[in-house]
Amino acid sequence: MATTEFAVHGADQGAGREPVVNDFSIQVATVNGSGSQSANTVLLRTIFQMGVPVSGKNMFPSNIAGLPTWYTIRASKKGYIARKKEIDFLVAMNPETAKEDVMSLEAGAVALYDEPLKLNELRSDLTFYAVPYDKITAAVCPESKLRKLVKNMVYVGVVAKLLNLDMAEVEKALRKQFAKKLKAAELNWNAAKAGYDWAESSLTKADPFTIERMNETSGMIIIDGNSAAALGSMFAGVTVVTWYPITPSSSLVESLIEYMKQHRIGPDGKATFAIVQAEDELAAIGMVLGAGWAGARSMTATAGPGISLMAEFAGLGYYVEIPGVIWDIQRVGPSTGLPTRTSQGDISFVARLSHGDTRHPMLIPCDPSECFSMAGDAFDLSEQLQTPVFVMSDLDLGMNNWMSEPFQYPEKPQNRGKVLTAEDLEKLAAFARYKDVDGDAVGYRTLPGTDHPAAAWFARGSGHNEKSQYSERPDDYANNMDRLARKFDTARRLVPRPEIVRNEGNEIGMIAYGTSHHAAIETLDQLETEYGVKIDYLRLRAYPFTRETHEFLAKHKRVYIIDQNRDGQMLELLKLDIAVPDIGKLRSMRHYNGLPIDARSITDEIISQEGK
Amino acid sequence: MATTATPQPKTNRIGLTVLDYRGGKTTLCAGCGHNAISERIIDAFYEMGIAPERVVKMSGIGCSSKSPAYFMGRSHSFNAVHGRMPSVTTGAVLANSTVVALGVSGDGDTASIGIGQFVHLMRRNLPMIYIIEDNGVYGLTKGQFSATADLGSKLKTGVINDLPPIDTCALAIMLGATFVGRSFSGDKKQLHTMLKAALAHRGTVMLDVISPCTTFNDHEGSTKSYKFVKDHEEPLHDLNFVPHFNEIDIDYDEGTTFNVTMHDGSTLLLRKLEDDYDPTNKAEAIKRIMQSHEADEVLTGVLYLNTTAPNFLDMINMTDRPLATLPESATRPSREALEECMEELR
Repeated sequence: MATTEFAVHGADQGAGREPVVNDFSIQVATVNGSGSQSANTVLLRTIFQMGVPVSGKNMFPSNIAGLPTWYTIRASKKGYIARKKEIDFLVAMNPETAKEDVMSLEAGAVALYDEPLKLNELRSDLTFYAVPYDKITAAVCPESKLRKLVKNMVYVGVVAKLLNLDMAEVEKALRKQFAKKLKAAELNWNAAKAGYDWAESSLTKADPFTIERMNETSGMIIIDGNSAAALGSMFAGVTVVTWYPITPSSSLVESLIEYMKQHRIGPDGKATFAIVQAEDELAAIGMVLGAGWAGARSMTATAGPGISLMAEFAGLGYYVEIPGVIWDIQRVGPSTGLPTRTSQGDISFVARLSHGDTRHPMLIPCDPSECFSMAGDAFDLSEQLQTPVFVMSDLDLGMNNWMSEPFQYPEKPQNRGKVLTAEDLEKLAAFARYKDVDGDAVGYRTLPGTDHPAAAWFARGSGHNEKSQYSERPDDYANNMDRLARKFDTARRLVPRPEIVRNEGNEIGMIAYGTSHHAAIETLDQLETEYGVKIDYLRLRAYPFTRETHEFLAKHKRVYIIDQNRDGQMLELLKLDIAVPDIGKLRSMRHYNGLPIDARSITDEIISQEGK
Repeated sequence: MATTATPQPKTNRIGLTVLDYRGGKTTLCAGCGHNAISERIIDAFYEMGIAPERVVKMSGIGCSSKSPAYFMGRSHSFNAVHGRMPSVTTGAVLANSTVVALGVSGDGDTASIGIGQFVHLMRRNLPMIYIIEDNGVYGLTKGQFSATADLGSKLKTGVINDLPPIDTCALAIMLGATFVGRSFSGDKKQLHTMLKAALAHRGTVMLDVISPCTTFNDHEGSTKSYKFVKDHEEPLHDLNFVPHFNEIDIDYDEGTTFNVTMHDGSTLLLRKLEDDYDPTNKAEAIKRIMQSHEADEVLTGVLYLNTTAPNFLDMINMTDRPLATLPESATRPSREALEECMEELR
């Protein structure tokens, strides 16, 4: 912000500043359970419908009602959808946090507040607008019980006026939000209009922030990553779903239940799926593996504490070689941690989840579109490799609303892997479950219920030979473990390749994954425009690492690994996998305060480490 | 030799001999009750004419859980992790509801580490047979008490159990299992009949079979020894079973026999040894079990039976076809369906 020494008191001081169009962030500070989520969604959708790239991030407490919550909406004409560190426009609705919220703003920002809070006395370098919410709300909402909820829609109207939002678009977004509740729609629309009208007659625009129509969102959708994962799983043909409710993964299965009820009931009125709420995560993954063993496409969704409980079964899945898909919507650990905040803290744990020598493929989506496509990739990979596959999403991706291109219908047929039927068995001289027939270290399996006397094999988590017979022989054990290691090399060839965003022979490289991607691409621009530094960038999409990653490392002198965890977990995994001379090239940038990573933090860290 | 007609081996209704139901050689101790149970399982599946290929044998960890390797080698089997057989079985049955699921567990695997999964399995009434081979001790780790050991029972080392036992049958009845029985590995006829009846039931069958551990818990002072159980067994009724593919040709007295028609059309006949015991009465069943504890009896028989409650697959309205092998056309909604979903999100 180019505005220092800037003191305004809500009147006519905006004139001297350059307008800031479609490039700022709005933060609404409220308490949870107050109905503000609907109001914020209406604001987000309105900007989206006006063709302006937008993103929304909900920072909420692990609580049902009454604790502070913040919702940040970022409009960006350049299409940046990562969190923006600085807040430009604050809507202060929560008396408890209002003072701190105002004090943390940068000079030149706007604070819209409830009149009795008298926040304008706190600082002199902000634009303040005081709104008599209670008065405006009472006039449009006779029922006093509902005023707490309706009040939120009043700020939507005020913000719409101040930011030049099209009220027709506000109405459209609002009616979509309350599509099934006509009475509520009417009440809320009146409140929004009242806010708008009050602002029109009572406020003078004194800040530079404004939204102008663009054409950057046409045809796009708004969806959260969990719903996208649910859709992807449904279109991938999932049949058995198990879960134990845990934030932030619950909404994945909840939206899957809704989608499946709509689209997966057969002509006979019977479900072509089973969804079971298990007693805990141990049972959830146990059911996934039982179903995977019996041939179903099975999945569960969980978060860190659930992953910890699943460790023993993960080892069973690896060792018995059973498919199954586990979505980890990562939240902040260790232990209960911050259940409603985001992180990439389970990366190294999941890679080796369980005792003994264990390794698991991980897919790492960065946006809803990849949640959709990787849901299908995960099932194909899991059945091809006959092993559990983990999809490493996070709270930011899973629970926040993202704009996205519409999803592509899966054109590839399902890859169900190597399964022998009774007819196949009839032609074979012998069947040995774990024999490496094809040289890819993946054996052939039969499913329970296969009508052939030679079909059966004994699935066991204890030591076994090629024929899946119990064995404690040293050579049987070692041979089997060696084959499993070779199977992981097969996984290397099959997992999604990284996205090489920029590889132009620059000295410095950057590697990020998952939701860090959105901040990373913004950092590329910040480094270039602000510092004249051009760096290359590769986005990991899976573990194990593939050839492209090793080549990228080999080509650069210094490579920054962006992790949303304290210990640089992806960097740790890379260290174990790369050529020794390349280890010294690794630099770590870590972000771990529970908030989604932002570009400014990455840029500052790189600049600092580069000594610039 | 060639001129003498070799007697054809006896076959069941699907043309298999009893040898087709055998498994690997047991590695359990000589005289272990679990081996006797394996024999009864073989006989029951053979006599009921169930194709071994249609069966999944499920287990957790422990001596009991090893036993599926010793019967029905032509069946798929899954020796999972300790105490978690219920969830693995649930997944397998959901994936393929046409298989016959037989779970074999132990008292440690069920009543301690696996109690959580056990109680929730019972609540769901998933179609499966769950057998506890119950000897009151951990055999594989050399004889520590389990949670079904009776109050006052003594270990070989002289240690006395001072915690009350978990009665898995009472639990199962309270929680929703629809066929609950207790038997004894040494009671050949009763166990054999009960297993055949179990195969005719569509819901959770929970059988607690006292199965003495000859190595660690078969001594004086143990309440799970052969001698103790033989001396204290109190059968509720004399069981007879007529499979649906046979005519009933047993003489029975209407007044003294309780007949139950099973899901597959078979008939279970319970000739009363105790006046008025009605195995379809939940409250009475629990009361009778509690009385047996007070009287130091090992109460055996079909303790509870409910052939009308819906099973888990009914509850979730799942297709009868195995989910595992549904064709892609049934599991991938249409292009139009995706477009519809996208439109809702615009």
